[in-house]
Amino acid sequence: MHELSIAISMIDQITEESESRGGLDVEAVHLKLGAFSGVDKEALLFAYELACEGSLLEGSRLVIETIPLVIYCDACQKNRVPPSLYQLSCPECGSPGQKIVSGREIEVTSLEVAA
Amino acid sequence: MSARMVEVRAKVLKQNDLLARTLRERFRREGTCVVGLVSSPGSGKTAFLEKLLAGLAQDSRVAALVGDLATENDAARLRRATPDVRQINTGTVCHLDAQMVEKALESWHLDRIDFLFIENVGNLVCPSSYDLGEELRFVLLSATEGEDKPLKYPTIFNSSDVAIITKMDLAEAAEFDLPAARRNIDSVRPGMQVFEVSAKTGFGMQAVFDFLHAQLARARQPQVAATRA
Repeated sequence: MHELSIAISMIDQITEESESRGGLDVEAVHLKLGAFSGVDKEALLFAYELACEGSLLEGSRLVIETIPLVIYCDACQKNRVPPSLYQLSCPECGSPGQKIVSGREIEVTSLEVAA
Repeated sequence: MSARMVEVRAKVLKQNDLLARTLRERFRREGTCVVGLVSSPGSGKTAFLEKLLAGLAQDSRVAALVGDLATENDAARLRRATPDVRQINTGTVCHLDAQMVEKALESWHLDRIDFLFIENVGNLVCPSSYDLGEELRFVLLSATEGEDKPLKYPTIFNSSDVAIITKMDLAEAAEFDLPAARRNIDSVRPGMQVFEVSAKTGFGMQAVFDFLHAQLARARQPQVAATRA
């Protein structure tokens, strides 16, 4: 359950961002979350709400976009979505996938602020 | 009320990643080979580390940081092999982060240490997100845990560099399916190097010592390529 640590890091970062822009009234936070990030979406949503209490972000929404795991297949020379998170191989040719292209993201992409 | 969008694009663990990168550069500069250990609770991390420290201490200078929620028990055990052991108590936090490592290193002379091991909190989920600046990450899996652990925790196996199968002396009694375990490890991290060991009998430990010595020698080779830049 490190989702609470993740949520606190997010809030710290956004608070800093807000201060550098002269104070923002944040209504929603958009986050890209990789399927292979090791962070659970539901747990993060729960932790976010808790962590926001008493902070600048209290009452804001967290909007999570899940990014699928994509590997690069050396044999096909193409990006591929593996059959599952525990089988990192090419769905077309079966070659093992050594390189992860995406799916590890934990990234705040944008904020919705009151105009 | 209308809202406007503000682009941010910030990695949530940027602070940790930056600090981990600084630590990694420092370890390389000082010539210390740093290895992180992750596993579930009770998979034999501390017993393995005890043997590792004792074996390497024959001809190398070794040190360890051990993370636990509470108690100094692990550090006390490891101090039988080397006095350079520090415990990191995380309180309620389920993983180590780069800042805890940096703090624990205070006043240590890294240039006098060949191998530093960082034993994470027993947990196969949370530590995978936090880079500690280590050169290599070992993930441990005990023969008594069952061969499908890698499939259940693919993120941590994938984020590790070497898999260590521990408690091999119990493999037969536990009806451990070794070929399946190796297949599963290879499925989540194709090409991953695997060692089979028993800390109790010493089986397989020499191969790990040899591997680490080779790592250290490689890290300390004059950087021919680097001078070109």
